[in-house]
Amino acid sequence: MDYTGLIIVAIRCVFMLVFILSFLPVLIWAERKGAAFIQDRPGPNRADLWGVRLAGLIQPIADVVKLLFKEDVTPRNVYQPFYKLAPIIAMSVALVTFAVVPLADVIHIGGRDIPIQVSDLDTGLLYILAVASLGVYGIMLAGWSANNKYALLGGLRSSAQMISYEISMGLAVGVMFLLFGTAQLDDMVRAQGANPLGWGVASVPGAIAFLMFLVASFAETNRLPFDLPEGESELVAGYHVEYSAFKFAMFFMAEYVNMVVAAGILVTLFFGGYQVPFVSTETIVNHAPAVAKIAFGGAALVLVALGVVAVARYRPGKFGDNRDREPIVVAVLLWVVALGALAVGFLPGLVPGIPGYTDLTMGTILATVLQVGTFAGKVAFFAWFFIWVRWTLPRFRYDQLMRLGWSYLLPIGIFNLVLAGVWVLASSRWSL
Amino acid sequence: MFEQTMFYLFAIVSVIAALFVVAGKNPISCAIALIVTLGALAGVFVLQEAHFVATIQVLVYAGAIMVLFVFVIMLLNLGPEDLEKTPRFSRLKGAGGIFAAAGAALLAWNFVSYAARAARVGPGFGGLAQISQKLFTEYIIPFEAISAVLMAAVVGAVVIAKREL
Repeated sequence: MDYTGLIIVAIRCVFMLVFILSFLPVLIWAERKGAAFIQDRPGPNRADLWGVRLAGLIQPIADVVKLLFKEDVTPRNVYQPFYKLAPIIAMSVALVTFAVVPLADVIHIGGRDIPIQVSDLDTGLLYILAVASLGVYGIMLAGWSANNKYALLGGLRSSAQMISYEISMGLAVGVMFLLFGTAQLDDMVRAQGANPLGWGVASVPGAIAFLMFLVASFAETNRLPFDLPEGESELVAGYHVEYSAFKFAMFFMAEYVNMVVAAGILVTLFFGGYQVPFVSTETIVNHAPAVAKIAFGGAALVLVALGVVAVARYRPGKFGDNRDREPIVVAVLLWVVALGALAVGFLPGLVPGIPGYTDLTMGTILATVLQVGTFAGKVAFFAWFFIWVRWTLPRFRYDQLMRLGWSYLLPIGIFNLVLAGVWVLASSRWSL
Repeated sequence: MFEQTMFYLFAIVSVIAALFVVAGKNPISCAIALIVTLGALAGVFVLQEAHFVATIQVLVYAGAIMVLFVFVIMLLNLGPEDLEKTPRFSRLKGAGGIFAAAGAALLAWNFVSYAARAARVGPGFGGLAQISQKLFTEYIIPFEAISAVLMAAVVGAVVIAKREL
């Protein structure tokens, strides 16, 4: 058996999980701080480790500890098997959806082609639609098994909403099939290229599909303005009203994983995926030393500047305790990371034992690191967009939600599909 | 070896879940068991390299049709007691038996003649491109006929629903 291949597959799976899960604490922090910023209040700023609060970044650690050690109450009249199954379905389905999204270009090392994704299925996008459509069971079963009227209403609302918006989502995705002529996400990203003018969003049908997909992904992730399944003011907490402790946390995390997944698919379909703007994989590999110096040097400069900003906020004796020294701690941390970035950017090739970036393997690794970083940055932007919208728009009414889905998005989607067909035909005829 | 183990795993799960669909007491549990059956069958399709069929199986049956099933069961709030009111396995027992026997015979014939047909399956069988090519060249007329039938069904459903509004 090919054990090296198996190990590589295992590493790919673990890498993907780590990539998604490491977004969660940052997103939860961004949600709270973003809400606070938009509502003109300070947000979480109390939880600390030895006086260091990191602008509230310690709060997610406190949350996790609380959720893990809280009593896990199971109400008496729930239907036990499904009550326990529902959070597992919600979380695992959310995680599995990401398996076909490429995080970087294919690596060629030691005679192997290693895609930086779990699987490059030729039905890639259909796989995403298929697995995402299973996510509704977690919510439905939670709502039904809790034996609570509010939870049941939440579950029903959610399933109706997700079925309705899945159609619009499918139509938007169908347009991208037509434009790129493939369903494989790898090929789609490669077809878009490094130039932003070639990205999925940079054509008329692509732009319409992007807007449709954006609206539909809000509905699919059950986020405001479409968070009717939870609807605190109407349904208490909707489908997860009877859940506590870590089972509740599973639903909570699933929502954020869904956000990351939706943002990742948006980026992959419409914004060039892992492509660094204007810099293709070949450019990075061929000019690796210069690219490394510019990228890591620039990162180091930004970090040093942030450290200086932190030091400028140092006021001795402001609190009279450990909190005074917090800006210094933050600045030192930033500077250490900056030093690390400089070392990664400039040292290879100078130190004996480490090959320089002119080496093909090192160049490929550099390209992968930069592309994963770019992808993460794009995903972070859209995740922030989700948060931004949540704290800006009020909730829709249920009939408005249904009317938007069926009477506006669906006809626009069908029209757009026809338009995309004409577009593809015209561009192949007259090479637009 | 690995594939064989996976096949038996999926096969056993799908058969047990299918039995539960028929014999289960709780309507929701039966519906969920049907979803498990469909999922396990999708796994079998993947083992046959038919990724497209597996994906569509999950997308259409498990992800769309079964959601509606579960939705209706939840909306009507059917419990075990509702299921007991309707007699099961009583009427149509003979017809069901005949159908089951016919199905089993068909399956057995499939197994026997498998070796002869296996050679006809080319590389890339079951992939998205191959299926699309067949669908839009060789089977274009049945394909379009099915879409006409589906359209008629949609129009019919709307007409019937509108009459009662």
